[in-house]
Amino acid sequence: MPGPVQSIERAAAILRLLAQGSGRLGLSEVANSLGLARGTAHGILRTLQMVGFVEQDEATGKYQLGAALLHLGTSYLDVNELRSRAINWADALASRSGEAVRIGTHLQGKLLVVHHVFRPDDTLQTLDVGMLLPMHATAMGKVLLAYDANAAAAVPEGDLEQFSRRTIRTTKELTRALSGIREVGWAADVEETTVGEASVAAPIRGYGGLVVGAMGISGPVERVCDPHNRPRPDLVTFVRDAARAVSRDLGAPRW
Amino acid sequence: MAERYVMSIDQGTTSTRCILFDHGGRLVSVAQREHKQHFPRPGWVEHDATEIWRNLEQIAPKALAQAGADPGQVAAVGIANQRETTVLWDRHTGIPVTRAVVWQDTRTDMVVEELARRPDAYIVEELCGLHLATYFSAPTIRWLLDHTPGLRERAERGDVLFGTMESWLIWKLTGGPEGGVHITDVTNASRTLLMNINSLSWDDTLLDFFGVPRAMLPEIRPSTQTYGVATRVMPGVRIAAALGDQQAALFGQTCFAVGEAKCTYGTGSFLLLNTGHEPIRSTHGLLTTVGYQIGDEPAVYALEGSIAITGALVQWFRDGLGLIGTAPEIETVARTVDDNGGCYIVPAFSGLFAPHWRSEARGIIVGLTSYITKGHLARAVLEATGWQTREVVDAMNADSGLNLRTLNVDGGMTANNLLMQFIADVLNVPVVRPMVAETVSLGAAYAAGLAVGYWPDLEGLRRNWHRAAQWLPAMDPELRAREYDNWQRAVERTFDWIKPHDEE
Repeated sequence: MPGPVQSIERAAAILRLLAQGSGRLGLSEVANSLGLARGTAHGILRTLQMVGFVEQDEATGKYQLGAALLHLGTSYLDVNELRSRAINWADALASRSGEAVRIGTHLQGKLLVVHHVFRPDDTLQTLDVGMLLPMHATAMGKVLLAYDANAAAAVPEGDLEQFSRRTIRTTKELTRALSGIREVGWAADVEETTVGEASVAAPIRGYGGLVVGAMGISGPVERVCDPHNRPRPDLVTFVRDAARAVSRDLGAPRW
Repeated sequence: MAERYVMSIDQGTTSTRCILFDHGGRLVSVAQREHKQHFPRPGWVEHDATEIWRNLEQIAPKALAQAGADPGQVAAVGIANQRETTVLWDRHTGIPVTRAVVWQDTRTDMVVEELARRPDAYIVEELCGLHLATYFSAPTIRWLLDHTPGLRERAERGDVLFGTMESWLIWKLTGGPEGGVHITDVTNASRTLLMNINSLSWDDTLLDFFGVPRAMLPEIRPSTQTYGVATRVMPGVRIAAALGDQQAALFGQTCFAVGEAKCTYGTGSFLLLNTGHEPIRSTHGLLTTVGYQIGDEPAVYALEGSIAITGALVQWFRDGLGLIGTAPEIETVARTVDDNGGCYIVPAFSGLFAPHWRSEARGIIVGLTSYITKGHLARAVLEATGWQTREVVDAMNADSGLNLRTLNVDGGMTANNLLMQFIADVLNVPVVRPMVAETVSLGAAYAAGLAVGYWPDLEGLRRNWHRAAQWLPAMDPELRAREYDNWQRAVERTFDWIKPHDEE
């Protein structure tokens, strides 16, 4: 087993220090209290500030505990916040791909649709925001299963519900599919939910790279896929670029 | 085609944005920079016009770089701007004589009150279609001339120029003191109180009434026309359109036919209805304004319903009450309950705008019982935006004799599904969001592209429009009628709160 990571130990000590007393300390006070070089203390404080655990007062330059720490137990990215932050990129994705766009998050073993942009052909379509879809049979659901340990834990062992003859049948098969998704960084569903329909999805990441949702397109299989029933590479690129753009806006590191 | 993009500049109240659009009307790159808000005294709001110009100098090259484009690939640039904000600058030095006075600034309330008492005050609305209020430009110009020593003489000699933000930026882009073009577009001119709404030219009676010298005024031009060629920032690019931001949104939503309307939901909300080539006088508290004028064609007029507080009420819920952490969370909190629990919030923070125009009204929360939770309050916050829209739409229908059949929406609040559904419910018409939410910028780009032939005609622009979302009405008519009645009774209770002797 590897030994303790020194910088994490130091970061924890800084947080404990800030949690005591007045809770507002300058850089020198922090460095002196813990016997750290100023540069080291500054580096750790800046990192803690970036993840929201520490805030710096603009006027005095002093540091204090950040709001993100207080909400650590309950925090999740509000789905309405996610929609607001993603709306421009979702529109652009629909416009470029010519297909309908959806954004989904995990809710109690299901995929919750939190945003929906119509296919840009002005035909009659209905918003399906709020709809719950199966995780293992949709591209967005599989993305979340691949990257969100809590979502994966909610899938029961054994046989999976079937929606078409292409739906993944067993948890074993699913596990294999998910590791493939993690390798390439995106997922597809070709007629796994509905015959004649295909979709492509990629993860949306927040702070520190945490996956907070999935974003994807869906449409008729003959438009989304090539003659070999594989998703068209240009559409995959559009989806991944859009999901990356949202992630960047949410503060995810580049990956 | 070598000219691949059209550029838009949206000079807004809090920031300036530069966006490149491609031929499909799709957003290609965005660069944005906020400018400082100056509050030197209570009720005063100012911007530094030079800072705004410098921001443009930075963001325009940035937007080009992001797209890997050079100015030679830009067919034209169009400008949309915060309306009514007043800039006065020295023609010879190019330096503003004071900070720009922003439309929100209420320093002219005494000027406006004095002017309103004059027996000939009725001519203002008759000639320009707007009523006397602090936020239009003319009272501000008057105030600045009265309060800056020597300024009136310089203005009369033509040494000091007036403009709204588009005039200022176009003058700077076309060379400033070295041959800068001093113009305004007809939509911006229609917000000054100085332009005759029928002749679309500066009106001597109004200039006299406000005491504004003609020599300082820009030339009024159509909204789409090649005004000049930029000599700085994007040398060689044609400046081909200018529109007030709300009019730009009308254009970006492609509301080109009589009876088409859009509502932009931001801090406040502005509903504009295309009324065609005749200005319609409102008897229901709406403003008569110019929608746009394409080249030498006759102008298209609009009726405007201005709502002061919509998104600002959500901001208050967040910052003033601290009940939510971010604005979108209002929807999450509102969905914790099924209805408003009998509670209504009327956000008459600084009086009510359209259709009431009651400056003495102040906000209220009514129907409070111990049953009410923050979820009910959140509902009431969102419903306030819905009902205020309904009041303005009712006024539009009454004034125009047209019945609104669909409401086109844009702006940040359109991400709120609960609100959009509620608006569809209370209006009893479908609410539609287009694929490009940046309709202000898109409208400026469309107008500029149209002027230089990048897009052939209005039909071509319409083909770029696509529906991104639609909400259909689903409310029981009896419930709608009952709730509207409750809202209207709540509104009545805000009236007459500020007593005349309370005012300064």
